Amino acid sequence: MAQYQLIHFTLNGKPVEKYIDVRASLTDVLRNDFSMTSVKKGCEVGECGACNVLIDGECYNSCIYLGVWADGKNIRTLEGLLGPDGELSDIQQAFMDETAVQCGFCTPGFIMTAVEILESGKEYSEEELRKLLSGHLCRCTGYENILRAVTKVMKQRLKKS
Amino acid sequence: MNNTGKSVTRVDAYDKVTGRTKYYEDLMPKDALYVRIKHSEIAHGYVRSIDTSAAEAIEGVVRVLTCFDVPDIPFATAGHPWSMDPSHQDTADRHLLNRHVRYYGDDVAVVIAENEVAAMQGVRALKVEYDELPFVLDVQEAMKEGAPQIQENSPGNLLKHTSAKGGNYEEAIKNPDLIKVEGWYETPTVQHCHIENHGCFAYEENGRIVCVASTQIPHIIRRVCGQALGRPWADIRIIKPYIGGGFGNKQDALYEPLCCWCTSMMGGRPVRIDCAREETFVSNRVRHAIRFHIVTWLTKDATIAARKVEVFSNQGAYASHGHSIAAKAMGSFAQHYPCPDFESDSYTVYTNRPAAGAMRGYGMPQASFADESNIDDCAKVLGMDPVDFRMKVIMPKDYKDNFSGNVNYFDSFRACLAKGRELFDYDRLYKEYSGQTGPLRRAVGVATFWYNTAVYPISLETSSNRMLLNLDGTVTTQCGETEIGQGADTAFAQMTAEILGLKSYRDVHVVSCQDTDITPTGLGAYASRQTYVAGFSIRQTGEQLREKILKHASERTGQPTDDIDIEEGNIVSLRDGNVLMSLGELAKIVQYDPVHSEHITAESTFTIRSNAYSFGCTFVDITVDIPMCKITVNRALNLHDCGNLINPALAEAQVHGGMSMGLGFGLSEQLLFDPKTGRVLNNNLLDYKLSTFMDHPRLEAEFIENPEPTSPFGTKALGEPPACSMAPAIRNAVLNATGVEVDMLPLNPHNLFRRFKESGLIGE
Repeated sequence: MAQYQLIHFTLNGKPVEKYIDVRASLTDVLRNDFSMTSVKKGCEVGECGACNVLIDGECYNSCIYLGVWADGKNIRTLEGLLGPDGELSDIQQAFMDETAVQCGFCTPGFIMTAVEILESGKEYSEEELRKLLSGHLCRCTGYENILRAVTKVMKQRLKKS
Repeated sequence: MNNTGKSVTRVDAYDKVTGRTKYYEDLMPKDALYVRIKHSEIAHGYVRSIDTSAAEAIEGVVRVLTCFDVPDIPFATAGHPWSMDPSHQDTADRHLLNRHVRYYGDDVAVVIAENEVAAMQGVRALKVEYDELPFVLDVQEAMKEGAPQIQENSPGNLLKHTSAKGGNYEEAIKNPDLIKVEGWYETPTVQHCHIENHGCFAYEENGRIVCVASTQIPHIIRRVCGQALGRPWADIRIIKPYIGGGFGNKQDALYEPLCCWCTSMMGGRPVRIDCAREETFVSNRVRHAIRFHIVTWLTKDATIAARKVEVFSNQGAYASHGHSIAAKAMGSFAQHYPCPDFESDSYTVYTNRPAAGAMRGYGMPQASFADESNIDDCAKVLGMDPVDFRMKVIMPKDYKDNFSGNVNYFDSFRACLAKGRELFDYDRLYKEYSGQTGPLRRAVGVATFWYNTAVYPISLETSSNRMLLNLDGTVTTQCGETEIGQGADTAFAQMTAEILGLKSYRDVHVVSCQDTDITPTGLGAYASRQTYVAGFSIRQTGEQLREKILKHASERTGQPTDDIDIEEGNIVSLRDGNVLMSLGELAKIVQYDPVHSEHITAESTFTIRSNAYSFGCTFVDITVDIPMCKITVNRALNLHDCGNLINPALAEAQVHGGMSMGLGFGLSEQLLFDPKTGRVLNNNLLDYKLSTFMDHPRLEAEFIENPEPTSPFGTKALGEPPACSMAPAIRNAVLNATGVEVDMLPLNPHNLFRRFKESGLIGE
């Protein structure tokens, strides 16, 4: 097998193509080939959730997802969440307002999982939310304010719809 | 007060929620060579030889360096301020790479390669031959005669032994009416688990080494790198960008010295060392496992007559922060529950475990577990409510510690306990839950702690600060105290705005990144010191800047300095309150003055010669499932008197994080060692049981704001305190639920099963 392979995919709404190392994880492809540095490396074996991105609307730990598998997929990272004029999304604003951010290293992954949860349009109980968010580890917050932020936006969006 | 005491949004929040914040790896030069470390696969012995030929033959491998290549300079790694007194300096007991390997995971060689894969393959291809020696993992075993000798300069593996005494313990315990309550309490080796692993990169620029590192202590790291490489300290320039948590692990020189040495060996080419999670667990630092022996002698009317405490601290293979942790733990007892006659001894002992260093709480979570467990055992023997007993015997109001000079001005322990009791509905629950007999039992539990603020008088306390009035009237501020996730920058912005009379903390630009070439010399993030110590230098520097501003304003407006002031970013007349000019106008006029131009700036250092007691407690409500040996925490409340809050929302968030760390320490976390090899068995985030979202109850934080008299902003320690009292509160709730003392952390099913079985709660 050749060491490099051409892949095409959609990154934050834009079609892109690149020759990538077939051995590379999607984390490395996004960080090194596309400068998506919001994708963080905390364990590189799918334990911590810091590298989480949305692939065709579903959350994945990009560190255990091969870069070549991204071919033909629609991939979203935290960089893609800002509005056209640079405005924050409601969940980003809630993370700021609820003091859900400390060192910030787990934040991008958490926000992307929150996006998946919120885009489902469903109302979840606290217990369900805890389970849905439990793929991410955080050592700073005790998860308390992250729960507050996600719950707040979930309720806001349900009220609107 | 306009700017402090307010829950404003963090200054770095926007960048963090947009993923723009740059950590060391996001700043990596594209051409950096990968340095991968070969870790020893034995727990103790000497490297006889390393065959590097196979590794060097791998395509992409540039160079292999081994323990036979490093300078023969032993160095100390602890993130302590340097002491000019040699007897107070840290123990220099490791080399950049070690021939005498002292734990399974020690550093013996590096492979430097053009890509990560080649570097990893190179490490696997190294053939290391060892002369193996017996090893020891347990403190008591390591203290025995004939135990393996780990460090050449510490006979009997004893790094240090210290004692503290008061009254006459031996005489006091002769009183036949006293009640003896004795216990052994033990805490495990745990790790910090910041989500960003430690890493760094280094290169040379104009003959000097630049190292960008994930560290809490850039100025200290510069000194350690200089010492380890045998170079003048200013040959090293350390840059600290944002870091993804530290919790004390990064209050140590980790791989910065090795990285600096590697670039120097590669002609200054950029090199990178990135710890994998598995390496972070083993080859960085861990929390000291400590075994306590406590004997408390009670009078029949429920006072503590005499107490003896022994502290056995497992240092692991290298000194790192060393005896400071055990000494701090030992020192806590006599102040927490003063009694007339006491004796205490602490021993810090080398073993062949990973090196233990600083970790959030610095010996106090361990001490609090032992002390607070024993106090509940005492209450049980006396048949007293544990809160009532504490109210009777805990540190009295106006208690003064003559060493630190700290005073319990406000009777804070009792205030916290009283408020917690009410908020938690403790008295009702304690009664309601008593006398349960079923397999599922609920109970409440309580524990307290105290904590110092900063390190005076044990070590130097100093803070330097620089401020610049910008041409738009905003102020740029810089200090050596570091943002590591806790929110320090935001507190500094609020304090600067407060001192100068600016409209908002948003008018202050905090230079978050520390660069030892530029940043005023400071010590960094540790000892819950930053808001307290930086407060002194921010106030002093702010006053100097204010004086300069008012002098210039007086010259430009013709008003005497006594008649003008700065309010909301404007120069105002104190006589009629009119705005005379804005700070921006003043700065521009002065800067662009064709005759006498000046940029208005101030810089100063403050040597802090005080300390402050921080206090608090934890209340928990738990369910114990006896057959399953499982604890569920239903509710948890922490109360703190940490003085005034600069930012209540950030303070609350700090408390949540500390409670969370305490929860893991109490219930699930421990590094496991293979007794046959000394290898850590669970050095990953799957097998090491870090608490997840689902393991947490709602976390509640409450404060009693008694302004600290010694502090410029009335603040005192908050960073570490919240991690101190959770584990013993849970342990005490288990005691209340079951009558069983579980004196070994974590309170996981293994330890609960052993104790429930011994106590007959679970049958054969």
